[in-house]
Amino acid sequence: MCLKKYVNVTARFDENGNITPLAVIWDNDVKFEIERVLDINPAVSLKAGGAGIRYTCRICGHEKYLFLEENRWFVELKEKQYIAY
Amino acid sequence: MFLKISRKRWVSLERVILHSDCNSFYASVECLHRPDLRDKPVAVGGDVEARHGIILTKNQIAKKFNVKTGEAIWQAKQKCPELVIVPPDFPLYMRFSKMAHKVYLNYTDKVEPFGLDECWLDISSNAHNLKEGFEFAKKISRQIKCELGITVSIGVSYNKVFAKLGSDYKKPDAITVIKKDNFKEIVWPLPAGDLLYVGKATARKLSSIGIHTIGELANTPTNILNSLLGKWGGLLHCFANGLDTTPVCQYDNQPTVKSIGNSTTAPRDLENNEDVKIILFVLADSVARRLREQGLKAKTVCISVRDNQLYSFTRQRTLNRYTNITSEIERAGMELFRKYYNWNKSIRSIGISVTDFVSDTISVQTDLFSNELKREKKEKLDRSVDNLKNRFGSYCVQPAILLADRELSGFDPKKEHTIHPEGYF
Repeated sequence: MCLKKYVNVTARFDENGNITPLAVIWDNDVKFEIERVLDINPAVSLKAGGAGIRYTCRICGHEKYLFLEENRWFVELKEKQYIAY
Repeated sequence: MFLKISRKRWVSLERVILHSDCNSFYASVECLHRPDLRDKPVAVGGDVEARHGIILTKNQIAKKFNVKTGEAIWQAKQKCPELVIVPPDFPLYMRFSKMAHKVYLNYTDKVEPFGLDECWLDISSNAHNLKEGFEFAKKISRQIKCELGITVSIGVSYNKVFAKLGSDYKKPDAITVIKKDNFKEIVWPLPAGDLLYVGKATARKLSSIGIHTIGELANTPTNILNSLLGKWGGLLHCFANGLDTTPVCQYDNQPTVKSIGNSTTAPRDLENNEDVKIILFVLADSVARRLREQGLKAKTVCISVRDNQLYSFTRQRTLNRYTNITSEIERAGMELFRKYYNWNKSIRSIGISVTDFVSDTISVQTDLFSNELKREKKEKLDRSVDNLKNRFGSYCVQPAILLADRELSGFDPKKEHTIHPEGYF
């Protein structure tokens, strides 16, 4: 079971209107730098329940999905992670 | 039919039209956003407190319990006690509708929406025959599933009417191809009521002369249908025989506005003319504001009234002059109401609409006895109030009558969920 977790994101808006997320900032102000954006596609998150532009990002060596839903960002969070968090 | 364009190349002249229909649209979008509901019977229903308590749509599990769109929530709950009712979120549905349109626009610019969840696509420039159309339909269905997380039923055919029948033929998540050589087997056995523009009243009329299926309709001489249904007879005969040639519009082609109206179910039954006046004023104000926004004036005012036994009627009258003045529209509506309603029963819902438009920049013939100066002042006052409302919200300036009963007047028809019904023509 996954949960939808809205997060703060630092992003770059370039002159052509492209948006590139640079870092995810967790609630406790811990900053996770995005090493590389591997893919950008419109997609659905069936696990968390939502749809938008899906950024496949490499964060701390792991591939993670970051979704831009209208003007909010969310990640898919496993329930276990949520409880630990 | 094929057209030879070079020694070796032939191009099909047959159109390839798709009709895509999102299955249980509102319920699917809700279930997507709430994974915990996916294995439960779910329906999207109006607000019971505000007396809008009907089922708007239901998911496939609720369908198995025979829950029907349009029935009261308490009726649905009797059939399925575990039914989860979620309130509608129209901005979300509109976002998903736009996302679906974006997918369709990858394949063609001829995309014609029909309501929030349905669209016709003319892909003749990319697909040369219905077989290729079927392949495109598969791609679209897959893409919608990946990007929106909902399913669509798609009809593939050589005209819009059969494409729509195809999308209704098999649900959910299905593709039906209706060709010139198989439409008699697929379409003709279907009930006449399944055909576009055959509503309950028309189906009843057709049934009265022994026409129950689309095939029977197709094989009835046009003159008999014309005598029964007027000019619609010939049209339905064409539809049933697959002779519809209506084109699919370009996506950005906004259809011409033919009428503007607002209606509401009151939070309590309306008991007297004063109650009706309050509601009609709020509705007329919204209608007149929309008229002014679009630079139009109207000449015909129509009211619709539904009493608490759900009997409804409409009445209309043509005014002497074109107008977009709130008070004139409200007064015309109120006059109609006083003339045709005798207060045998209380009223549940009421609506007002205007038709017969001209541009507000067009010169109009004034008449000798009306005070045009006063009308001009009223129009200017209305526009000033519009500006204030646009800046500070719809409740910033209100006539005193609306303060008499805040419960009745406390709604904003202009803002609250405006979904325009679509017409085929």
